[in-house]
Amino acid sequence: MGMRTAIGRVRGLGSAKTGAEHWWMQRVTSVALIPLTLWFTASLVSLAGADFETAYLWVASPAGAVPMILLLVAGLWHGKLGLQVVIEDYIHAEGLKVALLMLLTLATVALGAAGVFAVSKISFGE
Amino acid sequence: MASAQRPLSPHLQIYKPQLTSVLSIAHRMTGVILSGGAVALVFWLLALASGPNAFELAQAIAGSWFGYLCLFVWSFCLFYHLANGIRHMVWDMGYGFEIPQVYVSGWIVVGASVALTILAWIVGLYGLGR
Repeated sequence: MGMRTAIGRVRGLGSAKTGAEHWWMQRVTSVALIPLTLWFTASLVSLAGADFETAYLWVASPAGAVPMILLLVAGLWHGKLGLQVVIEDYIHAEGLKVALLMLLTLATVALGAAGVFAVSKISFGE
Repeated sequence: MASAQRPLSPHLQIYKPQLTSVLSIAHRMTGVILSGGAVALVFWLLALASGPNAFELAQAIAGSWFGYLCLFVWSFCLFYHLANGIRHMVWDMGYGFEIPQVYVSGWIVVGASVALTILAWIVGLYGLGR
């Protein structure tokens, strides 16, 4: 703080800003995703070739619906944080970068809403 | 950008690929590919929620040669990103930074992701009597 010039503070550049939050949430979601992805792959392997009824009942059950929602939230959040860094690293045109970052956030929330809605609809019935 | 034509460092085109750098960029690439898998998962759930007809279509796409290719690539990416992600967590905790350790953990990640992918597909295709 004390070492920074007034104009540097006004511009708000040069600090980590919310970098620590980003880094930390990437770790928190990755810890959550270790059991969730193992559960998911084991489930898919055991469901290979399943018909509609079997798949439906699996997602409808609490043991299917709750981890699936957790997987969607943790996975999409983790993916958003990762893709954000990819965009920041490789897209240097400011306008395109901001547009892609906004699109990423909107798409992440939209996919999360659609996924949670689908699981809820299956789980609660029509 | 004024700097667009300036040379980049490291000079990737004359840089010998090493296990360390290849696994590093592979972590990012598998992450990007897995994001595509997350989109497919949401569409699969929406198809399941929409009823038997939509689900049949989703299963037909997943069961086509292209669907199998995607699922195979996604499964490998998932196991790789999972294994290398755990490697990153060990680094985050401050262990395994000596060069020989970095190579050992790197080959463990390669071996684990290949083995888990093969295991998952053998069990998925043949393991349950289907």
